[in-house]
Amino acid sequence: MDVLLLAEQGLNGLQLGVMLFLMAAGLTLVFGIMDLINLAHGSFYMVGAYLTAALVPVLGGFLPALVVAVLLTALLGLVVEAVALRTLYRRDHLDQVLATFGLILFFNELIRILFGPVPIFLNPPAALAGTVNLWGLTYPAFRLAILGTGLAVAVGLWLLIARTRVGMLIRAGATNREMVMALGVDVRLLFGLVFALGCGLAGLAGAMAGPVLAVQVGMGEQILILTFVVIVIGGIGSIRGAFAGALLVGVVDTLGRALLPASFRLVMDAASANAAGAAAASMAIYILMALVLAVRPKGLFPVG
Amino acid sequence: MTRLAMIRLPMTRSLLAATSAFALLAAAPVLADPLKVGMITTLSGPGAGLGIDIRDGFALATEHLGGKLGGQDTQIIEADDQQKPDVAVGLANRMVERDRVTVVTGIVWSNLALAMMPTLAAGQTLFVSPNAGPSQLAGAQCNPYFFNVAYQNDTIHEAMGKHVQDAGFKKVYLLAPNYPAGKDSLAGFKRYYKGAVAGEVYTQVGQLDYAAELAQVKAAAPDAVFAFYPGGMGINFIKQYEQAGLKAAAPLFGPGFSFDQDILAAVGDAALGAKNSAQWSPDLATPANAKFVTDFKAKFNRLPSMYAAQGYDAALLIDAAVKGVNGDLKDKDKLRAAMKAAKFDGLRGAFRLNSNQFPIQNIYLREVVKGADGAVTNKLAGTVFTDHADAYAKDCAMK
Repeated sequence: MDVLLLAEQGLNGLQLGVMLFLMAAGLTLVFGIMDLINLAHGSFYMVGAYLTAALVPVLGGFLPALVVAVLLTALLGLVVEAVALRTLYRRDHLDQVLATFGLILFFNELIRILFGPVPIFLNPPAALAGTVNLWGLTYPAFRLAILGTGLAVAVGLWLLIARTRVGMLIRAGATNREMVMALGVDVRLLFGLVFALGCGLAGLAGAMAGPVLAVQVGMGEQILILTFVVIVIGGIGSIRGAFAGALLVGVVDTLGRALLPASFRLVMDAASANAAGAAAASMAIYILMALVLAVRPKGLFPVG
Repeated sequence: MTRLAMIRLPMTRSLLAATSAFALLAAAPVLADPLKVGMITTLSGPGAGLGIDIRDGFALATEHLGGKLGGQDTQIIEADDQQKPDVAVGLANRMVERDRVTVVTGIVWSNLALAMMPTLAAGQTLFVSPNAGPSQLAGAQCNPYFFNVAYQNDTIHEAMGKHVQDAGFKKVYLLAPNYPAGKDSLAGFKRYYKGAVAGEVYTQVGQLDYAAELAQVKAAAPDAVFAFYPGGMGINFIKQYEQAGLKAAAPLFGPGFSFDQDILAAVGDAALGAKNSAQWSPDLATPANAKFVTDFKAKFNRLPSMYAAQGYDAALLIDAAVKGVNGDLKDKDKLRAAMKAAKFDGLRGAFRLNSNQFPIQNIYLREVVKGADGAVTNKLAGTVFTDHADAYAKDCAMK
């Protein structure tokens, strides 16, 4: 395998990682600050993708559709938080899992009623549909856009959390919620904003993933499992951990798929190497998670 | 307390008796031999698109036949298998024991069909598959109660292998999901393609990102790519294949499942020009097909897929079998014989079954084109096999 191909696979890994980070950031934020397990996070990802797909023909462009879709998804998050989740904060995690699983079923059926059972159409904007040449490497332009968006979100979240007053409250809430309440901070408002931010990020992930992946009912659950792996590796509640975990999972998954079947072929015949390599590649990230947890039971960047 | 109960008891009894008598009276006319069909299919989860198309195709055929299959009052009992074998077996049991259906149909997935077969055969219930056609049920494990109205899995991939071979491609890269149907797919392709294999890759079932595999395809520089990716996997793969700029470098081929209507609506122009193989096409020129496509569009507001066409033909096969026994559903041996001998004009023209109860039929080459109304769809581009039978029929003991 030559250097250029290896570089391309590395870039693919980073890009997948960044896409996972967009999902994981919102999920880990909500869990870290609100102590709420939100299985329906994938539903907001799906809603973001569907809204973008539906708004592109109406607004006449990908970027305006994306912006409006992300805002609407955040707004939907506010409503869901107020209507369905507010009463669950004091219940135990199992009740939350049950209730948010119910939300998954609700949103899947709602989307099926509104948009029909067949996956719908969403392509990258014309300007980003082709490939670009990076020092001899042809790479899909839209994947670079995903990479750029993810890094921008990472920087933006860091600024928000490390440099603003809201960020200070978020950090304080993540470390010691009771103390923040005791100091007279309107926790209800803070929680609503955090949840809306998490949903907006999930919506952004959906909008950016839509042109690359199938926009279909159930798309949220497929990516949710990977997202949970990411935040468990990173340390639940930590944005920094989510970023590190996401890049790690993206790179390990991509390089596993790229290298394992080829290395199995060195020691066994082609047919069994193809099957065994594929099976091993699909296990790679779970083995990674087990290894990380064995060494650091609370993840790479534990909170609290 | 006891006295009260003693007085009450006879009264309750007589009330019960009266109620049951009324219930019997009310039920009597309905019980006069209605045909009960169990529709076990996938109605939820990522695979639901296929099951919903089969159900809707079946419903349209029933409507075209005036709500009566074989002239009998027909009751369709719907159930969602959730694409899970254990759920499917439970539903098969329920259909046999409680609902006492004559025929079960609707099944999408080969692994579910294999799991349900023993239950349905033991319950003497006919099993008409509108999609799943695993090699096992076509060959050594063929079953007198199993009928396939669609295709045997391998045959569609064989056709693509033959086309790619005949078109003169010498170095082909192969991709499929890592599960039994994926392996059958590439085996079927290689049964007729004799050139060099540039690479053979199995990916995870339900995989989302194909960047790693596509980078390797590009590095191997094949002159064509064959990919079997049904449903959502196909949408992911085709979008990413085009975005990686590979469409210009190597043409993409696949079985009809990779380029069917459920996928085309979601990928649009990215699939244009792709050649694929199937036993049916929306523009297949038979009298029944044009009406089917028009009516399906009018009723369900979308273009039919091959799964919808298969659901339609499943209803026609059941209709022909029930007509063949003049509505006498009691004698299961006669009913099976009538189904095996059924002659009818389906969406693919005159329909006939092989000795293993799988179709003998033409497999066509299709091309993805933009229709007059701007919708991306399939168009016939030739016939690869005429009256093609599957490779497993010789292993089946049935004559």
